[in-house]
Amino acid sequence: MEMINLTIDNKPVVVPYGTTILKAASGIGIDIPTLCYMKLDDMNIENKPGGCRVCVVEVKGRRNLSPACCTEVTEGMEVETHTIRAVNARRTVVELILSDHPADCLICAKSGNCDLQDMAHHLGVRKIHYEGEKSMYREDTSPAIIREIDKCIMCRRCETMCNDVQTVGVLSAVNRGFHAVVAPAFEMNLDHSVCTYCGQCVAVCPTGALTEVDETGAVIRALSDPTKTVIVQTAPAVRAALGEEFGMEAGTLVTGKMVAALRRLGFNYVFDTDFAADLTIMEEGTELLTRLSAFIAGDKKVKLPILTSCCPAWVKFFEHSFPELKDIPSTARSPQQMFGSIAKTYFADKIEVKRENLVVVSIMPCVAKKYESSRPEFSVNGNPDVDFALTTRELARLIKLGNIDFKALPNEDFDQPLGESTGAAVIFGTTGGVIEAAVRTAYEIFTGKPLPRLDFEELRGMDGLRKATIDFNGTPIHIGIAHGLGNARKLLEEIQAGKSEFHAIEIMSCPGGCIGGGGQPYHHGDAEILKKRQRAIYSEDTNKTIRKSHENPYITKLYEEFLGAPNSEKSHHLLHTKYFDRS
Amino acid sequence: MAEYTMHILVCGGTGCKASQSELIKSNFKTRLNEYGLSDEIQVILTGCFGFCEKGPIVKILPDNTFYTQVTPEDVSEIIDEHIIKGRQVERLLYKDPETQKTVSTANGMDFYKKQIRIALRNCGFINPENIEEYIGRDGYGALGTCLTEKSPEDVIRIVKESGLRGRGGGGFPTGLKWELTRKSVSDQKYVVCNADEGDPGAFMDRSILEGDPHSVIEAMAICGYCIGADKGLVYIRAEYPLAIERLKIAIRQASEYGLLGDGILGTDFNFSIEIRYGAGAFVCGEETALIHSMEGHRGEPSVKPPFPAEKGYNGKPTNVNNVETFANIPVIINKGSAWFASIGTEKSKGTKVFALAGNINNVGLIEVPMGITLREIIYDIGGGIKDGREFKAVQTGGPSGGCLTKSFLDTPIDYDNLVAAGSMMGSGGMIVLDDTSCMVAIAKFYLEFTLDESCGKCTPCRIGNKRLYEILEKITDGKGTKEDLSRLRMLSNVIKDTSLCGLGQTSPNPVLSTLDHFYDEYLAHVTTSSCPAGQCKALVHYTIDAEHCTGCTLCFRNCPVGAISGEKRSPHYIDQSLCIKCGVCFEKCKFDAVLIA
Repeated sequence: MEMINLTIDNKPVVVPYGTTILKAASGIGIDIPTLCYMKLDDMNIENKPGGCRVCVVEVKGRRNLSPACCTEVTEGMEVETHTIRAVNARRTVVELILSDHPADCLICAKSGNCDLQDMAHHLGVRKIHYEGEKSMYREDTSPAIIREIDKCIMCRRCETMCNDVQTVGVLSAVNRGFHAVVAPAFEMNLDHSVCTYCGQCVAVCPTGALTEVDETGAVIRALSDPTKTVIVQTAPAVRAALGEEFGMEAGTLVTGKMVAALRRLGFNYVFDTDFAADLTIMEEGTELLTRLSAFIAGDKKVKLPILTSCCPAWVKFFEHSFPELKDIPSTARSPQQMFGSIAKTYFADKIEVKRENLVVVSIMPCVAKKYESSRPEFSVNGNPDVDFALTTRELARLIKLGNIDFKALPNEDFDQPLGESTGAAVIFGTTGGVIEAAVRTAYEIFTGKPLPRLDFEELRGMDGLRKATIDFNGTPIHIGIAHGLGNARKLLEEIQAGKSEFHAIEIMSCPGGCIGGGGQPYHHGDAEILKKRQRAIYSEDTNKTIRKSHENPYITKLYEEFLGAPNSEKSHHLLHTKYFDRS
Repeated sequence: MAEYTMHILVCGGTGCKASQSELIKSNFKTRLNEYGLSDEIQVILTGCFGFCEKGPIVKILPDNTFYTQVTPEDVSEIIDEHIIKGRQVERLLYKDPETQKTVSTANGMDFYKKQIRIALRNCGFINPENIEEYIGRDGYGALGTCLTEKSPEDVIRIVKESGLRGRGGGGFPTGLKWELTRKSVSDQKYVVCNADEGDPGAFMDRSILEGDPHSVIEAMAICGYCIGADKGLVYIRAEYPLAIERLKIAIRQASEYGLLGDGILGTDFNFSIEIRYGAGAFVCGEETALIHSMEGHRGEPSVKPPFPAEKGYNGKPTNVNNVETFANIPVIINKGSAWFASIGTEKSKGTKVFALAGNINNVGLIEVPMGITLREIIYDIGGGIKDGREFKAVQTGGPSGGCLTKSFLDTPIDYDNLVAAGSMMGSGGMIVLDDTSCMVAIAKFYLEFTLDESCGKCTPCRIGNKRLYEILEKITDGKGTKEDLSRLRMLSNVIKDTSLCGLGQTSPNPVLSTLDHFYDEYLAHVTTSSCPAGQCKALVHYTIDAEHCTGCTLCFRNCPVGAISGEKRSPHYIDQSLCIKCGVCFEKCKFDAVLIA
């Protein structure tokens, strides 16, 4: 590899050809501030428009300042990062951004989590020397995401996520000059677009321009309504990230504290979406085996591969972009919706509470879950199976409002019967987890033999597209995994072309799966946080005594008492769904 | 083919077309038909003659008679007098403003005397819609020479030695650009012609494409041969319909003649050209933005490197040159690099086309050798300042350029001298300003253009230029302070220093150059709340000098808002609370009794 010698702030440094000034500087402890730039290491996600110009540095011999984030080093280069010229330019640029920004930091949803706020603080901006017209746009509220683009600073991170990573193509820059802003085509509302509500735009937005719809107020009102029984379910990825909101190290598992906090907030029952994840495996796994057995028996009409259907953004994606494939995904509802459906039937009967008086709240790492719970097919007579879907971030806000010292909480256990779960359910929170959970159950049912091993390393990892072949006692089962909708698109195009070799494919919309969901604590471009959450998820799995969904005793009981068998008529009615052509 | 004894050339440039030159042409045809002369005399709609001030132009060959400001009604007289009787129509000939003598040929006009037409060599001479006429003037000879007698390296060497630099504004050495693209290794390369001419008032590229499209096609093919590309793309703004039409005709004819397509001139060189339309965004003249636009993406620039020579259209090595640059190429090949390099200054060779506009007598398109002085352009070619007023400044380089004062009138014009003077060559806009121009307002005018045309990608250009504009607005509104002047300079420098592309890096030039050369004028706005040129409405007051006012009531009768009162034959008075400062009273007064202060 060709090595390049240069100096940065008079310090000599040797880096490989192709390295940027920013990267070379960070290697020797020089922290050049950036704003629009974002890179998720090892995940092939990079936003580098060179647009904000905050990272400009002086390069000897060059007429203008150079953006460190996208200027590659050259031999003998002399870089100075904090000359008066560079610092003045950097501060002026930030002042200019602030001069066109609503100064409502104190009450902004992103206050305390805003990269622009941090930058102003970092650079010690104490006065904005520029004033004039400010951009004014109407607020756009959708079922999941709010766009307040007065606060857009044109960093284009959302655009990179929406176009390059997710290939959804809703958000892009529109208009010119001072009026340039990121918006859907013709500045339409999000809910008139093909937006999947994956929330990756929200996850990377440096300011308060893109945030989730906040439903904490509605949940507080439900909790204080004496006529209501309020129950809560928590998705697997939440427990691996919630602690970050309270200053805990990324990847700290806070399952017990989370349960304790929810109980203190006044939820009557604290349940686990993981229970419904086990249920999903029973339904989806059975569906897979049915299709697989028919296929092996030579039935040409059977549709393979089967695709997972837990992820609402993914569902909306194929409904818009691949409606002709809508018969392929599993008809199983997502764990959130299975939970809601069982809670408002089986559990409501059990505790003798009328459906209307039972409020189901879910805590999700996701903003699309808000949209999913609002889909009309998941309501009975206008009463939704899941009343409110809060993000991990919203739960943290509730906990703070509840005056709860989160770190000091004891560990508590979920309530029963909808709180018991297996290790297979926990790993639903990461890419590869759903299919691994399905394999653990499908293998034993298909072969009638106990699994020789529980950990399928070949299904794990962070590569956007992965494939593996699992030997079902002589029958090779080909499995594909995609996270990020752009990767999903590649697998779908293979299926369209009749070139797919897979029997089953797992798809999660967010990079990393639910651990990287749009509703999680902000990662601020640090991919290491996602990896730590992933490790936490797998360690929770290992720590569980039961690690196969079909061995969850409460699941067995649910079938015995209520549903009959997986894929029974009742199961179909309550736990399965259909898809729509939204093209 | 008929052997014509006479040719009538009617200017078909956009300007003259707007003045009914097509009707002039058809009137000629009709009348010639009536006389049965259609087979002897040919009527051609040509490209722009350049002397737009006096358009529509009609030129008669072989005697070279140059008629100006011809109307469709004049056609009969020209035919009856000139064609039939052989007598020039005196009243349609150009009259020298100084000597008042009529001049019958272009060569005799000051407007043309100092011009050297290389890029515009065929404009106004040939029918751009007939490839034979281009071939008749050595057209496609250069391509033939290159393909059959020279290696790509030889051709690149000739272009390098000629000293030709990019005429689109940047002034990058053309031969070097070709060499860099040639060196990039790829299975596919592209030649792109930048015809996205966006400088307000500049129309040289349009004129070349309208008047001599084959010169560009030939040069693109030569470039393709040199860099190893078999595909050419012309990026042209959709609001140039005539240029597009003529380019399409030219591409079709060149293909029919085997000068485009596979196996050109019996060699194994293949080259084809497609047209891509732009929506008229100024920033799409920047080559990376242009490429993004051609790819179907938002027209906004990206950081260089990588340069298009390495990674351009569809990620492939791409050579982007502007129309005027290409138009020079065939001549350089035909006449040799030494000939071309003998014209111009040490570092800027050849000629440059300028669009001369503003408060000048001869508005039009001119091609002059590098090294000519502004004085020669403005006074000799341009015929001096309109209405005999005083020269104040000349703005070169369009919205990215700067204003030059009297002290630069004798500076030889080339790329480097213009930059040293705080302006730039740009694509060749040249706007002459007289003493009635307020330089603060001029800076604001140009900035308003950049503000509209910024793509908004980078902060300094998106918000910085807006704030710059707002400060200028504050000053012209009479609300500026001295601090604003230093703020203007500081912000301008940061915008130049930090913007992503050439648009932002040059957008404060009009502000900086006027601050440099006309600081007193700025100072007057902010310290004494006055506009020395009397242009900034907020700072101007119209009053009536009672001593000179005769009470003729002309101002009273013309004031649109009834702000003037007074009795007949006694001094009138302007009510300042009603006055909208339109200036009508000032213009109408025959006794110089209306004063501006």
